[in-house]
Amino acid sequence: MTKKTYINGVGCISTQKTFDTVFLEEAVVNTTETVLSIVSPVYKDYISPAAARRMAKGVKNGIVASALAMKDANVENVDAIITGTGLGCIEDSEKFLKNILDNNEEFLTPTSFIQSTHNTVGAQIALSLQCKGYNFTYVNGAVSFESALLDAKMQIEENEANSILVGGVDENGEYTLSLFKLAGRIKKENDLPSNILNTTSTGVVYGEGASFFVLENERKDSTYAEILDVEIRNTLEENEIESELITFLKVNNLEISDVDAVVLGFGGNIESDVYYKNLAENAFAKTPQLYYKHLSGEYDTASAFALWMASKIIKTQDIPEIVKVNSVTKPVYNIILLYNQVNGKNHSFTLLSK
Amino acid sequence: MEALKEELKNKIITTLNLEDIAIEDIADNDPLFGDGLGLDSIDALELIVILDKDYGIKLVDPKEGKSIFQSIETMAAYISANRTK
Repeated sequence: MTKKTYINGVGCISTQKTFDTVFLEEAVVNTTETVLSIVSPVYKDYISPAAARRMAKGVKNGIVASALAMKDANVENVDAIITGTGLGCIEDSEKFLKNILDNNEEFLTPTSFIQSTHNTVGAQIALSLQCKGYNFTYVNGAVSFESALLDAKMQIEENEANSILVGGVDENGEYTLSLFKLAGRIKKENDLPSNILNTTSTGVVYGEGASFFVLENERKDSTYAEILDVEIRNTLEENEIESELITFLKVNNLEISDVDAVVLGFGGNIESDVYYKNLAENAFAKTPQLYYKHLSGEYDTASAFALWMASKIIKTQDIPEIVKVNSVTKPVYNIILLYNQVNGKNHSFTLLSK
Repeated sequence: MEALKEELKNKIITTLNLEDIAIEDIADNDPLFGDGLGLDSIDALELIVILDKDYGIKLVDPKEGKSIFQSIETMAAYISANRTK
């Protein structure tokens, strides 16, 4: 019999204070900057200074977020570690490449090279846990995290693993951000203050973060939600989204009216937010709608922040005002649908139930 | 010589990201590896690059490293005697 997948622990390091808090009570919307930086935890509480000194920011955040998730789930080890990242440890990749150029391909030291690979986060978590099980990193743009999540779900369903640590992590790199600015992916300064829901400009406010989850095949006291389904579609036209979502829900014996809340990935780019706007104004007009990128910023694995948020909502049955798109409410929040895409590509649907 | 020692301590702290260590925490004769600063083999490679890049010294025999990198004192003495820049 196919096993079910439960989120039994969560940990999040983001551009908001999402550790040592209950749920977004300290969240602040920053509309005056085009790039948001993480609120750092005290890394020494989780990683020895000797180990931390060579770790890139993303690695440290991944280790702390995974430690928070493990503690939350009350588990000391897992059968597998699966990570999603869009750009990996981009800061050290930049350092390494800059060293090559600045020193005319001489004097290359190993430290930043060691940290520059995309699977460093998963590897360092495994080293710190001494987890010798399946360890895989997905690098698939804006569906990197969903690729990891889908793999984890299938591993649990097929009885390959009982418990899996799965997460999404990305960090900001100065040079990469400057390229994104040049390419128009990041909002221009004169388009500030940003207003994601009523945007009139292209580009997004960028962010970074690490969100990790302990998935297990049994419901426990710590359970947040069950992951009913995950679907990834690389290309979809605007007019295909609604029917695709209806089909996705139908496969899970649900209709739009059964969805207690929909989490939409509004990013503030007038060109690609039209995908969300169409759904918000039509198919999901009578459904509570939530958004999150005004808090987390946009990055390849920002949707992991959305899963953290949705998990918290199902567990606490509370939706903070700061994430509401509309004023529609439901008596309970047991079924939550997450939809994300970036620049009209890499669409993902994730379905949670209580 | 004292200025060189101070310079080396600064370089080591910055290059090796020894965030919790200040210049005054490193005595001239403290072992850099093992019980002293606790540096490891990756740090040794970083030190070799510092010698090459900043002082123009290429270590031909890796075995030499053990005596050169014993402490700040031994490093500074070797650099003073062999530097080309």
